Amino acid sequence: MSGEEFVPLSLTPLLIGIFAAVACALPGNFLLLRKQALIGDAISHVVLPGIVVAFLLTGAITAGPMMLGAAGAAVVAVVLIEAIRRLGRIEPGAAMGVVFTTMFAGGVLLLEQTDTSAVHLDVEHALYGNLESLIWLDAVGWSSLLDAQALAHLPVELPRMALTLLAVTLFIALFWRVLKISTFDEGFARTLGIRTNLLGLALVITAAVAAVAAFDAVGSIIVIAMFICPPAAARMMSNQLEGQVAWSVGFAVLSALLGYILAGYGPLWLGAQDAVSAAGMIATVSGVILAIAARFGPCRNRSGAPVGV
Amino acid sequence: MLIDALLLQLGYNATLVAIGATLLGVSAGVTGTFLFLRKRALVSDAISHATLPGVCLAFILMASFGGDGRNLIGLLLGSALSASAGLWCLNWLTRNTRLAEDAAIGSVLSVFFGFGIVLLTVIQTMGVGRQAGLEGFLLGSTAGMLWADAMVIAVGGAVTLLLILLIRRPMTLVAFDPEYAAARGLPVSKIDMAVMGLVMAVTVVGLKIVGLILIVALLIIPAVTARFWTERSDHVVLLAGLFGGLSAYVGAAMSASAPNLPTGPIIVLMSFALFLISLLFAPNRGVLAAILRHFKFQRRVHLRQGLLALAQGQPIYENLTLRLLRKGGLVRADGVATDKGKASAAKALRDEHRWAVVRSDQTHEAAAALYDGLRKIESVLTCDQIAEIDRLIGGPQEVPA
Repeated sequence: MSGEEFVPLSLTPLLIGIFAAVACALPGNFLLLRKQALIGDAISHVVLPGIVVAFLLTGAITAGPMMLGAAGAAVVAVVLIEAIRRLGRIEPGAAMGVVFTTMFAGGVLLLEQTDTSAVHLDVEHALYGNLESLIWLDAVGWSSLLDAQALAHLPVELPRMALTLLAVTLFIALFWRVLKISTFDEGFARTLGIRTNLLGLALVITAAVAAVAAFDAVGSIIVIAMFICPPAAARMMSNQLEGQVAWSVGFAVLSALLGYILAGYGPLWLGAQDAVSAAGMIATVSGVILAIAARFGPCRNRSGAPVGV
Repeated sequence: MLIDALLLQLGYNATLVAIGATLLGVSAGVTGTFLFLRKRALVSDAISHATLPGVCLAFILMASFGGDGRNLIGLLLGSALSASAGLWCLNWLTRNTRLAEDAAIGSVLSVFFGFGIVLLTVIQTMGVGRQAGLEGFLLGSTAGMLWADAMVIAVGGAVTLLLILLIRRPMTLVAFDPEYAAARGLPVSKIDMAVMGLVMAVTVVGLKIVGLILIVALLIIPAVTARFWTERSDHVVLLAGLFGGLSAYVGAAMSASAPNLPTGPIIVLMSFALFLISLLFAPNRGVLAAILRHFKFQRRVHLRQGLLALAQGQPIYENLTLRLLRKGGLVRADGVATDKGKASAAKALRDEHRWAVVRSDQTHEAAAALYDGLRKIESVLTCDQIAEIDRLIGGPQEVPA
């Protein structure tokens, strides 16, 4: 395919997809090891009420307030889950189920109650985003990458997602040692003077930031899939945390690339007319990768468990 | 208007929805209890999301063979098939790989849901043009509910309840102590599968009313709510059914009473309201009860310490202690003990000595284990035993200066 077609139509959605996938997969590794994998699921559900409330308060679809609203909702959800778990002495899974379904229901209700016909805000959009529409109309080919005027009209999601990825990577890199210690042995971490509660909260907030930024660009389904599937597949490939993180980044990039290409061009190869949902396809590809890793990965068994049981 | 709705006076469709929702709420609450007691509440999240590809595939199949793509029974069959595929993947992942159950739940739900969305876009581009009904399965839609749909829900709910009635005892046993159940010779994994099968049935039946994202709430919230009120599993099951049915009924009625109130979310918010009330006000396990218990305990400790201080002639400065003693008529306003106060204080000090003897004597080991500084010695030992201890201690002695 020529640059004239690829750069304006596919380059930016592809890059946004990759950035979003990696930004979610990185914190996902630690959430997975800490048995908090479903926090990503909960966050991506509660983002909806956050965005709706932000819209009701400001009356416009602007990125800043919506991100704030979504992040606020994520923090509220985490606090609520913890409060219900402690106050009601309920197991964490059930507490999570109570909170995120209720907040999601509240979001849907608010959305139905307000008149959003003038703006682009609906549940379907929130669920599976609109990756394909993030095109770069001002580009004419590869040369546009050096053209300042065309670059000024990049879709805003691209720099935002890149920044988010940078922030998430920085967080993981800066706190690598303490994260690693507190993930594997929380008691030991505490004896070293690491504030494990604070660190856990920081990790969840980082995940929420990644989820909210990615959600804005690609919808919540990719967010859940990327939080869990690439790290889970990477878990089958390596016994080292470094190796697992590296594999998960690779799997995330691969899912985003393959998923986008299959969604955009797969139906055409099969003789159909229109593309299918890229977000859904990326999630599907990450699932296929996980299935392959779970079947053939070198470290797929529980360590110590006899093979074949 | 709401009264009319609650009394089923808002017309045929609203009545149908209310009855269907109530049946669904009861069976979801009852089924969800076993899931909750087994500590696998979020498995329902994976099951419900895994229904989407089945619904879409069933629609594509039925539409491409020229039938009506929106035949409810066909769609529900498809959703049941793909939900069981999801359940199988979930079980396989937890059993055969190192992934924990939460990671397996997350991957199954996201991948199946993602694939379902791919299929939804395929349907959109198929040019059938009648796919509007399918998006209703995400969040539920009760507007166009037919008599036949209500019958499907009613029959499904009734069959689920009947099955639960039949296998409730083994399910309870497995939920509380799977090892013991296995030792008794019960097929634990089959019973687990049966629970999951029931959850799947409820999910599939509930797709039409509350949608696949919110059916999870109906399975989890009533069970959690019911748990606050009782410690007996059979009562939890009954209460969960009651709470589920109640919130579904009131929710359906409310949503019929005004425009723009979607049924599913209202039902979920109703059950959350019940949950919140239970969390705060339930006896024993509720927050209010815990706070009251704390204050009561605090008062007992202060009173006891105050009496011991009186008995030993120490001055009391603590305000709460003084207030409690004064209120009990044990000290006068100036802090001097009344006759009643002196008697109680002497008794408290003597009890303390009695406890000291009990705790130093090996033969009273069982009684000594109950010592917490507050327990009355009469509630642990018989009169004869106390008399024996008193003989050991001897008569009243002068308090050393």
